[in-house]
Amino acid sequence: MILWFALVQVAVAAVAALVCIILGLAGRRPSDLSVGALALVELLLIAQIVVALVSPLAGNPISGSALEFWVYLVSAALIPPAGVFWALLERSRWSTVVMGVAAGSVAVMVWRMQVIWSGIGA
Amino acid sequence: MAPANRPRITGLGRVLVAVYAVLALAATGRSLVQIVERFDAAPLAFTLSAISAGVYILATAALIFSHSRFWYAVAWVAIVFEMVGVLVVGSVSLFRHDLFPEETVWSWFGSGYVFVPLILPFVGVWWLFTHRPGHVQAAPAPARIERSVW
Repeated sequence: MILWFALVQVAVAAVAALVCIILGLAGRRPSDLSVGALALVELLLIAQIVVALVSPLAGNPISGSALEFWVYLVSAALIPPAGVFWALLERSRWSTVVMGVAAGSVAVMVWRMQVIWSGIGA
Repeated sequence: MAPANRPRITGLGRVLVAVYAVLALAATGRSLVQIVERFDAAPLAFTLSAISAGVYILATAALIFSHSRFWYAVAWVAIVFEMVGVLVVGSVSLFRHDLFPEETVWSWFGSGYVFVPLILPFVGVWWLFTHRPGHVQAAPAPARIERSVW
């Protein structure tokens, strides 16, 4: 993993979480903004998968448990689509909150992945 | 602010289900890794991790189907089990660190998961109390969703 890219992902996911939770609690149904925020989070996660595949070849190997890292990464990548799917099924304000919860979980998981990769405090 | 007749709580239940689903995923992933990689390091902690993961999955499913009496009862059992689990394991992990040398979902009252495992069962119990299955509830979800264009 690359530290600055992980930080970008955590920041984007955290902002997406806040925006979705605030919009949802304000009574907004899933919109281009909230679904788009989740799409951006997912895009970054797909880029992260590529980064994680290429990094070891470029002399940036994983120092923690590879299995644990990949379980986190694959789970994280599944969460935003699940949230959006939910929002498409049921267009209520609570679906917006659910997408916020999804983005927040991704933020935590990406940070945890960075910790596993760098081997600090793992 | 919101109209009084709007069944907000039903919607909140959906958020509860989502949080449970995420926690179930997290707990399952972690316990899978722990058991595959180093079960011998902390058999008790890792067995508990696996059991708690299973119970979170069960609780998620039970909440989804909690309009039926059977699943409502299952939800009670699963959520009370979690509550007892996080309180007992949380307390024990404070004093007997040797029994739980490795992190589990419940050790230190779930501090590794921002205390979500501690808060969630209480929210769950409150939700179950206010949503008994035989009670007349508002129209099912699809009927009350207003049309929206986005």
